[in-house]
Amino acid sequence: MEKVLTRNIADDPVPTDMAAYEANGGYQGLKKAMAGMSSADCLKVISDSNLRGRGGAGFPTGMKWSFVPMGEKCTPGHKYLICNADEMEPGTFKDRLLMEYDPHQLIEGMILSAYTIEADIAYVFIRGEYLVAIQRLRDAIAECYEKGYLGDNILGSGYKLDMYVHPSAGRYICGEETALINALEGKRANPRAKPPFPQVSGLWGRPTIVNNVETLCNISHIVDKGADWFMSLGRGEDAGTKMFGASGKVKNPGCWELPMGTPIREILEDHAGGMQDGLELKGFLPGGGSTDFLTPDHLDLAMDYNVIGKAGSRMGTGTMIILDDQTCPVGMTLNLIKFFAHESCGFCTPCREGLPWTREVLKKIEMGNGVPEDIDTLIHQTKYIGAMGNTHCALAPGAMEPLQSALKYFRDDFDRHISGGCCPYHKGTGA
Amino acid sequence: MPTIFVDGQELEVKNGENILEAFLNAGLDLPYFCWHPAMGSIGSCRQCAVLQYQNEEDTVGKIVMGCMTPVADGARFSLNAEKASEFRGAIVESLMLNHPHDCPVCGEGGECHLQDMTVMVGHRDRRYEGPKNTHRNQYLGPLINHEMNRCITCYRCVRYYRDYAGGTDLSAQASHDHTYFGRHQEGTLQSEFSGNLVEVCPTGVFTDKPLLKQYSRKWDLQTAPSICTGCAVGCNISPGERYGKIKRIQNRYNHEVNGYFLCDRGRFGSGYINSDERLNFVALRDARKQVEGSDKNADGEGTFSAIGTQQGLECGGAWIKDALKSGKVAAIGSPRASLESNFLLRELVGRENFTLGFSASEETVIKRIVNILRSMSATNPSIKEMESADAILILGEDVTNTAPRVALGLRQSVRNKALELADQARLFHWQDAAVRNLAQDQRSPMVIVSASDTRLDDVASELVSLAPDNIAAFGRAVAQIIKGETLSGPLADDDRVKHAAAMLTAAKNPLIISGSSMLHSGIVESALGVAEALQANETKTMLSYCLPEANSFGLALLEDVADEGSLEGDLSIEHLAEKAVDIDTLIILENDLHRRMSTEQYQKLVGGASNIIALDVLENATLDAADLVFPSASYAESEGTLISSEGRAQRHYPVFNPADDRMASWEWLLALAKTVKHQTLSTLKTFDEVVEACAQSDELFAGLSAVAPDHGYRNHGLKVPRQTHRYSGRTAMRADISVHEPQQPIDEESPLAFSMEGLSRDEPAALKSFYWSPGWNSNQAVQKFQDEVSGPLHGGSNGVRLFDPREQSHQTQSKSVVADDPGHDLEKGKWQLIPIHKVHGSDELSVRTSEICELAGEPFVALGKVVAEKLGVRQGDGVLVSSDDSSLALEVRLLNRVAKNCVGFSVGFEKTFSLQQGELVSLQKDENWQRSKPDMIASDSGGRNV
Repeated sequence: MEKVLTRNIADDPVPTDMAAYEANGGYQGLKKAMAGMSSADCLKVISDSNLRGRGGAGFPTGMKWSFVPMGEKCTPGHKYLICNADEMEPGTFKDRLLMEYDPHQLIEGMILSAYTIEADIAYVFIRGEYLVAIQRLRDAIAECYEKGYLGDNILGSGYKLDMYVHPSAGRYICGEETALINALEGKRANPRAKPPFPQVSGLWGRPTIVNNVETLCNISHIVDKGADWFMSLGRGEDAGTKMFGASGKVKNPGCWELPMGTPIREILEDHAGGMQDGLELKGFLPGGGSTDFLTPDHLDLAMDYNVIGKAGSRMGTGTMIILDDQTCPVGMTLNLIKFFAHESCGFCTPCREGLPWTREVLKKIEMGNGVPEDIDTLIHQTKYIGAMGNTHCALAPGAMEPLQSALKYFRDDFDRHISGGCCPYHKGTGA
Repeated sequence: MPTIFVDGQELEVKNGENILEAFLNAGLDLPYFCWHPAMGSIGSCRQCAVLQYQNEEDTVGKIVMGCMTPVADGARFSLNAEKASEFRGAIVESLMLNHPHDCPVCGEGGECHLQDMTVMVGHRDRRYEGPKNTHRNQYLGPLINHEMNRCITCYRCVRYYRDYAGGTDLSAQASHDHTYFGRHQEGTLQSEFSGNLVEVCPTGVFTDKPLLKQYSRKWDLQTAPSICTGCAVGCNISPGERYGKIKRIQNRYNHEVNGYFLCDRGRFGSGYINSDERLNFVALRDARKQVEGSDKNADGEGTFSAIGTQQGLECGGAWIKDALKSGKVAAIGSPRASLESNFLLRELVGRENFTLGFSASEETVIKRIVNILRSMSATNPSIKEMESADAILILGEDVTNTAPRVALGLRQSVRNKALELADQARLFHWQDAAVRNLAQDQRSPMVIVSASDTRLDDVASELVSLAPDNIAAFGRAVAQIIKGETLSGPLADDDRVKHAAAMLTAAKNPLIISGSSMLHSGIVESALGVAEALQANETKTMLSYCLPEANSFGLALLEDVADEGSLEGDLSIEHLAEKAVDIDTLIILENDLHRRMSTEQYQKLVGGASNIIALDVLENATLDAADLVFPSASYAESEGTLISSEGRAQRHYPVFNPADDRMASWEWLLALAKTVKHQTLSTLKTFDEVVEACAQSDELFAGLSAVAPDHGYRNHGLKVPRQTHRYSGRTAMRADISVHEPQQPIDEESPLAFSMEGLSRDEPAALKSFYWSPGWNSNQAVQKFQDEVSGPLHGGSNGVRLFDPREQSHQTQSKSVVADDPGHDLEKGKWQLIPIHKVHGSDELSVRTSEICELAGEPFVALGKVVAEKLGVRQGDGVLVSSDDSSLALEVRLLNRVAKNCVGFSVGFEKTFSLQQGELVSLQKDENWQRSKPDMIASDSGGRNV
């Protein structure tokens, strides 16, 4: 398989600096674009490549960019490109790898993306705890200014772009693009109502594109090698490669670049090494903490956006959290809901109040104090705060995904907690 | 008009409104929390959910938020679908998870929007069994009580306080279900409009602290339509009374004037009505004086004795009768008394013996303003009209402190730029967060030319600090440029002048604001000049002047103002003082002259007149110097008409009957007129007859009778009750006196009744003081009485604009004034005194409310940083302010900006009465000054929030 995103990242990686990056074909895409591609050309190749957003929603990148008012149609002023590097989805650690070991790949992708939408300022909004990545990105940006890849007149093309790294003050909700924009403006990190979409009125009220790290890392390769090449990388219906990962009680947890459409079984067995000895796979969250559980029945599905969607979950970030047969699914769900309740921004009622309520009910069940009516309350919550449109943003519906699927697949476990008056898993281990 | 379908019924709706507005306009009960008619939508509470169907075939529908969904022709909705009403119930259920359910002890109880909405959605049984979150409350000053546990996190408070009113010291803090609304640390809220939090908060987080100290439920308060007397803006208020005390003031909606909001002076500044310093009985100076005659001086030597009403009237009547005969009678009116009282006083003594009651400097400026407003071709706008301005020039006013509610309106005017951008981006104006995010800090231009800091500086596009004479010169120069004339002199090269002129020329709805606070005719005149220049360019221009007192306008109209040239200053109190020794009987109506004139002249006036009859509400120095004192009813105990700076005549009605021997001033004067058998006045019996007489006295007042319905008006055959239908304890409330319930007082003067009996429905806006509708017990009920959201009340808006310049075509010519001033070349070491007005402290009556007095603090001298450095003083130090013959030690407050060679002083404080605006003084550090507070840390000494 051709390594694209991780071609500069060996199994025992060292950070890629400018020299190493260029030696391995880096900045070819940028040079090619600056030498003779218009922003419309760039947009076309990205649209043609079928690249879909790697942050979790899988929205076609070219289409997203096409909503940005261009040229004369745009009122005079700045336009912004923002890299969403606030990687906080539970179980997700793919962007960190890309930024720490190949910062130039992201920067080149960002310059090209900014060029495509005619942005003149770019921000990397990065998780505050990613200290190493912050430093390496800043160093890399400095190298770019020296080389003339950033600044007033990039490679003599007349195109101007400035780039800044902005460490987040730290909230999960900052990963929501409009909350990220508010945070960047110095406001409370509450998501904004849409419309208007950021493409029209984003940062400081100006046209803005927010893309995930991994999405942006793909751009330079697509511009350099073309849409057809990119499409040919996928094994299923989606184009390109993707960072897949696995955490939980597998033999070899980690993060790997694999073609889109790689079957889940292959990821779990070949790359993650299968379950640890003595444990059985009970279920897994395919793309981070805010996706629905899937079960061993789904192992042969391909990791494609639509395939996973049809199975009742979402591919999300593509980094799986594995549930084994000796870990309590109620406890795992409670743990996730605790996280989401704490990370609710507090703006809208269903999320702000519904998640802590859900947490209290789960806590009660996990402690063995549950009653059968509590299940009704949980089901009520999954409908009341789980439906998109009932809440202001997607946080609460996302938070309900593991719960609603746990109730679907592991209902027995909930009932055993209630009838037995204690957590059956803790009893077994004597904890 | 688009048509939508609601549960199968067709509904005609207004283009551009949202579903919540459309439903409310149609009279449907759709619950909501975070939406506010003045602040638009943000979609945070999710309470106004309805079901929207794709098309006729769609039977499933999708939950949408009414406040975030624009109407569209043919769109289909359901209010009553089970899915929608279940969702709304679930929202209230979750809002109540952490609510303390302390309604019995909550100040909001019974008028709580949360209670109403809870009942409306039908939520009853609580399923949540977990622990409740609790918060620590903050001390927010003497006006607002904080009880965070009741919070339902609707964000209205911060949206109002920060986004709408421009405050900075209240914010949303923390997150998830710990979100907290408060200050970064405990302390008094700094906004002049903090009291509106009480009405904006849908539950009991922010409540009226003075009310809590003497609490009564909403339905136990007796109310009547009233007008605020805190300044000349004329906000409509609804004071609530029980046990003979004013318990609180609430906003009374008037879509053209105050809308939904009041300032803190207006809301909290009526506590003086309950004061121990009120007069209860007629008082006569000791009989000794009657006998010995001359043994009296201005310090009010001798003591007073209470006498009966009849005795007082006879005594006063005799004095007046004699003086009328001898021609040695004089009367002084009052800019804070009703038009009727002033009119009666004038008629009683005759025009030639009537003095308005302004000081000479006030009189010159106010009469000029009134004359301009009567005859100019520009519009004298309501606040609602001001909010449409797209460019504003303010000349010499700190509007927030001289006409507070206007300033809140100006904060909305500067948002017109944002609304314009929203139109371009095809956003609806009610998409509040989106519009603010789009526009960020882009605002319509506002140039403030003033002598020192103003509280609108934060939203101004340009700030110009000039001494009073130079403010006038600036205004004149702007007018010249607009007229296309070439400038000469020191301002010729001043870009700021050009910017201001260009800004106004480019505007569609320019607004010029000036006023009387600098007591400077040149400034007043220059504002007119600018407006005229714009009008000459065919630009419809608004010109508004801030006036000092509730009826300054009305009082000035009682003079033949058209003749001002010959009378300038002739009818001032100073002029009267000069001939005081020739006065046998002097009648002073609700006017503490001590505040308006120098001590010397004051002594001359009160020492000169032989017999002084004074009428007033509260004890004051002038009453102390009088010989016969009549206790006047306050505005809340009397009927009267006030004319606001907009020229709007508005009626206030007694909320309750005055106690003891108090009577409205007009009643005292009418009674005195009867005693002296006055030719014309003694035939008048009722208030309505007085109004009619006043209306006929001058065509200016022709509209007066139409201001409010007369006493004969009946609402479907019944009077309008002042008490609510739930008014309780009428027997018990005075059971300690007698177990027998007395008959309720009969109000023969107005269509209102001092009882629960009558009909509170369909009455005209001028008679409406209480909003209640089934299911709507909170102030949000007002929407049930509006033609549409934020529109006029049923039956039109309150008040009558006595003369509408918009219908006149002639132009007033600004008077020629001195040519460009050369600026100030003051004697070295001299500073010119400029007035600093404060919402809390500068006003005569409100400051006698304990809470306002606390906020007013100490009188001060306000210095720029340079002067402070030069004198070696910091905030809180003392400075000696010395004029030729006196020296006064005052506390230092630092200003952010101040005109060269100028130094400010707090106006309206007794200690600073001796300081005259415009006077030249020298300054010196007071080494003996004791700081009232310990040394402040460096970051506090920035001079902000002085």
